[in-house]
Amino acid sequence: MIWNEPIETMPPEDLKNLQSERLVSLVRYVYERCPLYKKKFDEIGVLPSDIKGIEDITQLPFTTKMDMRDSYPWGLFSRPRTDLVEIHVSSGTTGNPTLVGYTRDDIRLWGEVMARALCCAGAERDDTIQIAYGYGLFTGGLGFHYGAMEMGLTIIPISSGQTKRQIKIMQDIQPRILACTPSYCLYMVDAAKEMGIDPRSSSWQIAVLGAEPWSEAMCHEIEQAWDLLATDIYGLSEICGPGVAQECPYKSGLHLCSDVFYPEVIDPETGRPVPEGQDGELVITTLTKQGVPMIRYRTRDIVSMTHEPCRCGRTSPRTSKIKGRTDDMIVVRGINVFPSQIEHVLLGIEGTHPHYQIVIDRKEHKLDEVEIVVEVDETIFSDEIKRMHAIEQKIKKEIESVLSIGVNVRLVEPKTIARSEGKAQRVIDKRQL
Amino acid sequence: MKIKQLSVFLENRKGRLYEVCLILGQAGINIRALTIAETETFGVLRMVVDKPAAAVESFRRHSITANLTDVVAVEVPDTPGGLAGVLKILTEHDLNVEYMYGFVEKFSENALLVFRFDEPDRAYQVLTSAGVNVIGEHDIEGL
Repeated sequence: MIWNEPIETMPPEDLKNLQSERLVSLVRYVYERCPLYKKKFDEIGVLPSDIKGIEDITQLPFTTKMDMRDSYPWGLFSRPRTDLVEIHVSSGTTGNPTLVGYTRDDIRLWGEVMARALCCAGAERDDTIQIAYGYGLFTGGLGFHYGAMEMGLTIIPISSGQTKRQIKIMQDIQPRILACTPSYCLYMVDAAKEMGIDPRSSSWQIAVLGAEPWSEAMCHEIEQAWDLLATDIYGLSEICGPGVAQECPYKSGLHLCSDVFYPEVIDPETGRPVPEGQDGELVITTLTKQGVPMIRYRTRDIVSMTHEPCRCGRTSPRTSKIKGRTDDMIVVRGINVFPSQIEHVLLGIEGTHPHYQIVIDRKEHKLDEVEIVVEVDETIFSDEIKRMHAIEQKIKKEIESVLSIGVNVRLVEPKTIARSEGKAQRVIDKRQL
Repeated sequence: MKIKQLSVFLENRKGRLYEVCLILGQAGINIRALTIAETETFGVLRMVVDKPAAAVESFRRHSITANLTDVVAVEVPDTPGGLAGVLKILTEHDLNVEYMYGFVEKFSENALLVFRFDEPDRAYQVLTSAGVNVIGEHDIEGL
């Protein structure tokens, strides 16, 4: 089933006209309402009247995470707080978090694109969905919730965690749809087996998985283990959260809602578009958002894109799975982590600048495990074990509070962390992504 | 009088203690007393050596984290109840022992113990005024 047939199967020419109309009014909207955008446009001498159609989008400046951080909290907003109905916060690269806000229409838009995504994955109106993404400031849980509400599905808002309970509820209520991160989906396989349940007998037939990068191999493994269809969903809180793009059962890329989120794929060095089908950085403009519209937002995600028609009938462009990042961000259990956040915490402890390394591993289908390896120098060393444990705990607690995920801290001797050309490798990712 | 304890940070790795002792040996430093406190992943080697400052210097050159801490070396009668007698004084004065260990060698006819206190200065005062013999750096060099 296609949720919004007129839009999702719109002929390319009509879609282009719609995008053009929307871009023209968006540019006028942000120029009038958001001083930061006005300043950015003025700096390069672009006036709203210069933007006459979607092809003029390349004249506009990029927006980056840095812009969000520097103008925290309200600088990129185009509406006053009284117009907002919801706010989500994700951790920023250093110091300030990233704050996004939604007007009532923005929430409706989110519900709309999420309903499209769920249908795209294969959901039907009379389905029940188990939403095992975290609810709260993280956009995963609520995004799925709004989409499922819009579609009229029966929702089990169980949120993440409590694995045995997830399995029990699945057995008792028999939902056909499961939504969670791919690693959690795989993690639940062992839990089911431990409970004496054959995962292949589960009621889940469709899984909508996202918020972290995952490979074709992992997808295959999930499908085999649970005997279901595992589909990939893409989104980021700066754009709206999940629902930006979604894989259909033909699995030839993720259908991107380009009538509302206009995509470009650029060379991250030059900022110029790359030819269709080539890898580049995904840049998105939110054509209809009101609260925090994004003009050419640099997602830092590397993808390729195609406009070739898909067998499912949708005319929207399709992106590949995420192939990498143009920055050092890593995704752990669906949470974005920047090495600079950890550096910031370590700097704040005893005012030192110890060498550290972040080791991420996913042992035998278990969840991602993060270990922070810290070299012990004279400033943090003590002859008393209790002081060393206190330092270890302090580092652990502060990093956990910044990242919102559990970490282990391991203290090691100086020069243990390998340095190449004097520079330590900050992240060791042992996961097979 | 307080003496300096040499403390070394060590990961729980095979052969690591050997490497540390080798460095001391090559630097001509003699170990008088030692103990290891261990955790699951790391340990702290605590030693009394004849040339503590030189030892820290050699460790620094080998990128090994080490520091010096004030401890009190106390002569304890090598008879039943000898240690209890010393601890009684400490308890009466509300002095908390963080940890303690013994010297390899005897000092005259008595055992020699190293005490790590939170308040080493007060501990020294209390012990000496109670007539307990506290050993100085000089005595250790002569061992």
